[in-house]
Amino acid sequence: MDLLFRPAHELHRLLRRREVGARELAEAFLARLDAVEDKVKAFVTVTRKLALEQAAAIEVRLARGEELSPLAGLPLALKDNLCTRGLRTTCSSRMLAEWVPPYSATVVERLAEAGMVLVGKTNMDEFAMGSSTENSAFFPTRNPWDLERVPGGSSGGSAAAVAAGEVVYALGSDTGGSIRQPASFCGVVGLKPTYGLVSRYGLVAFASSLDQIGPLTRDVTDCALVLQAIAGHDPRDSTSAPVPVPDYVAALGDGRLAGLKIGVPKEYFPPGIEPGVRQAVERALGYLEEAGARCEETSLPHTPYALPAYYLVAPAEASSNLARYDGVQYGYRTEAEDLRQMYRRTRRLGFGAEVKRRIMLGTYALSAGYYDAYYLKALKVRRLIKEDFDRAFGRFAVLVTPTSPTVAFRLGEKIADPLAMYLSDLFTIPVNMAGLPGLSVPCGFSNGLPVGLQIIGPPFSEALLLRVGYAVEQAAGCAGRWPALEVGSDG
Amino acid sequence: MAEYEAVIGLEVHVELKTASKAFCGCSTAFGAAPNTHICPVCLGLPGVLPVINRKMVDYALKVALALNCRIAPHCKFDRKNYYYPDLPKNYQISQYDLPLATDGYLEVEVDGRRRRIGIIRVHMEEDAGKLIHEGEALNPGAYSLVDLNRTGVPLLEIVSAPDIHSPEEAYAYLTSLKAILQYLDVSDCKMEEGSLRCDANISVRPRGSEVLGTKTELKNMNSFRALQRALAYEIERQSEILARGGRIKQETRAWDESRGVTVSLRGKEEAHDYRYFPEPDLVPLAIGEDWINRIREELPELPAERRRRFQEQYGLPPYDAAVLTASKSMADYFEACLGHYREAKTVSNWLMGDFSRLLNAHGLEPEQAPVRPQDLAELLTLIDEGTISGKIAKTVFEEMFLTGKKARTVVEEKGLVQISDEAAVLAVVEEVLAAHPGPAADYRAGKEKALGFLVGQVMKATRGKANPALVNKLLKERLE
Repeated sequence: MDLLFRPAHELHRLLRRREVGARELAEAFLARLDAVEDKVKAFVTVTRKLALEQAAAIEVRLARGEELSPLAGLPLALKDNLCTRGLRTTCSSRMLAEWVPPYSATVVERLAEAGMVLVGKTNMDEFAMGSSTENSAFFPTRNPWDLERVPGGSSGGSAAAVAAGEVVYALGSDTGGSIRQPASFCGVVGLKPTYGLVSRYGLVAFASSLDQIGPLTRDVTDCALVLQAIAGHDPRDSTSAPVPVPDYVAALGDGRLAGLKIGVPKEYFPPGIEPGVRQAVERALGYLEEAGARCEETSLPHTPYALPAYYLVAPAEASSNLARYDGVQYGYRTEAEDLRQMYRRTRRLGFGAEVKRRIMLGTYALSAGYYDAYYLKALKVRRLIKEDFDRAFGRFAVLVTPTSPTVAFRLGEKIADPLAMYLSDLFTIPVNMAGLPGLSVPCGFSNGLPVGLQIIGPPFSEALLLRVGYAVEQAAGCAGRWPALEVGSDG
Repeated sequence: MAEYEAVIGLEVHVELKTASKAFCGCSTAFGAAPNTHICPVCLGLPGVLPVINRKMVDYALKVALALNCRIAPHCKFDRKNYYYPDLPKNYQISQYDLPLATDGYLEVEVDGRRRRIGIIRVHMEEDAGKLIHEGEALNPGAYSLVDLNRTGVPLLEIVSAPDIHSPEEAYAYLTSLKAILQYLDVSDCKMEEGSLRCDANISVRPRGSEVLGTKTELKNMNSFRALQRALAYEIERQSEILARGGRIKQETRAWDESRGVTVSLRGKEEAHDYRYFPEPDLVPLAIGEDWINRIREELPELPAERRRRFQEQYGLPPYDAAVLTASKSMADYFEACLGHYREAKTVSNWLMGDFSRLLNAHGLEPEQAPVRPQDLAELLTLIDEGTISGKIAKTVFEEMFLTGKKARTVVEEKGLVQISDEAAVLAVVEEVLAAHPGPAADYRAGKEKALGFLVGQVMKATRGKANPALVNKLLKERLE
């Protein structure tokens, strides 16, 4: 039985009916990993032994006839900035290359309770700073659809692992698009939840006011299932919202969106957008109308200011969040003559170029004499962006946009030009700045590479986003199409 | 240097004695083995998040209300960024532009004059850890150890207005502040354990001038006396420079206790840029009227109220009331004594006199004294009953303090019961008069002073046990 590209909800059914065993499932995915990982390079750490132990525990529970939660026994991957007790958590940085956390993130605990079978920790741009996973201190990850192309980033390892069939689903983190853009590039579903819906406790911080953890999955139903497992208030995260968590799967509906008003912000279709992306998104608008929705052009006038404001707020927070990597207590350390020299050398050698670039940007933005002109001004812009969205949601239930202006680009294509790289997140950044949920759903292809449609809603409207995403998925017929990744050939 | 006036502002940091730390559940207890009261949160490990300890806010509100401050309905926490090995995150969670409380005051008394010293702000923050340096600083083998037990212990920073004009006023301010904190039972206020720390900003200006001079910041004062000495030194140093026509350099200076001088630590140009910004891991704190009212109701009687009450209820002179209420435990001890003995002024005299002297000599707090309030009351009753003289009582009290024995036991063991038997005393009086005919004649000739000598001789002969009033009476009768 071919198990690899089936969604979680199907595999759960097979497990429950004892048509497949948890061990068999884990072994199938580990065998796939063995076959393709050399090419894809999605993982920083593979936890083969742990996965088989966890699968064996599920076997025992199955044998006892226990009721399994929907994700129990399904192999998954975690982005390597999610703390896992006793298992190294590197953030793809030399700084934390050997660091083993003494505690687990809240989301990891929740998945463990749900019967987690962990295959490994995935590669990422160092400290989640980047859009291609080329900023990993270890190695770049490849896009399973075209190994010469990037998987997007910073959750590129997680997206690639799902697309390559190495795991059923994965968790990523999204500060400016780091779940949605790689989901779009790799042809998987990716959700950035509302700020505060999922606990950040145990997520190694990049920009605390923007970071959220979210799922990368094979289809929208799986996305609903994973969100169900990780969402909800956590007393250990003061910014996590004490809101009730609805039944996301029940809210998916039947693909009909009768009377739903959808806004299409014109600022998200600039002249520079790739024609194939525009066409795929426009086709998706057609699917939505066929499903009964009414799409109408609208405007979010402050959109052009989102990117520059983001590159002040996020680096400012990062400059403070990353100050703790100083060689004193844990992580990478360079011996030196005195304390200052130890600090300087440790940070010079422990961090990569992009991380240092952002620390410098952020330090500058917060410095005396510049704070008002940069950081404070950026916060004001952030409020204007939020107000744009508030106004739009007065008229529309959701907004739809392309997830990224392009499909996956070639390795090395943008690495020397940070500004070109930053533009890859042009359409995802405003969503983080406003604290809103954003869902990327595959909606078509451009030159054989996946295109993602981004659906944006008001705070805590994840159930609605999933319902709209489900309708797109039903109509677009992308689900079930996976990269060939010919095993055994020379790629 | 009388032509110069000092302008002083004090920044006091006090550790709040909440059971757990400011942003995690670790214990705040002092003196544990290094790095035992720690968890991922106070260690600042990657991925952790702070959660506000509501008890810290309760304690901070108590202090703010006792200092007559305005409580901000909305306050927030900020990050103060600087690198130091005792600060695991390399930022301190503090409060910057929206502190918990502002615009309060504290009353102090110096030379019988009462004054209000303004309080600019009261804010909450977390403490740093401790560095332990091993080996000589420039020795290649030297290294430093870090103890993070104190990291994250809640601190309150209390900033006074520049309303203080002398080292004595600074001392009085600190004493009053410490008394309030102890009455509120929110801090141990032990400078030697670091639970109370004080920095000072000081400038001088020609008397009568309204313009502020250039200030220096003083650090490293480890006692109230050290603060007073450092300020006195700095006033003289600055005044001398100005008198010579020189200029004060704006800088941070450290007090060198052994040499009794302040030395330059760093100049203005080396001052830190802390890059404060709002702490994104915490949501702003809304403090409603309900919360404030609940804390207001919990406030105990504070030193000023208690001082007034001691004057009114016990008829104590203002000086006695002020001395006794300056320390909560002394005032508690006083009132405990009054539960067993009625004469308030007598108790006050004993507490301000021998009791305080012995406490200081042994480095004890009143509640730690071997003499309990009921024991002192018993001693005073023995004097009233005439069992012992007031003079003997001092000896008895010292013995009680050293041994922990009760007054009656000491008196009996040492045979110190007063001799009030007239025949017994008279026999001694006759002996003394016979032995000292000179002074007896002097007294009869009108030299009143000679009587004192004769009384002293009788007391000596009875080893102080003769009832002094009786001795006086009998001597006079015999000399008429």
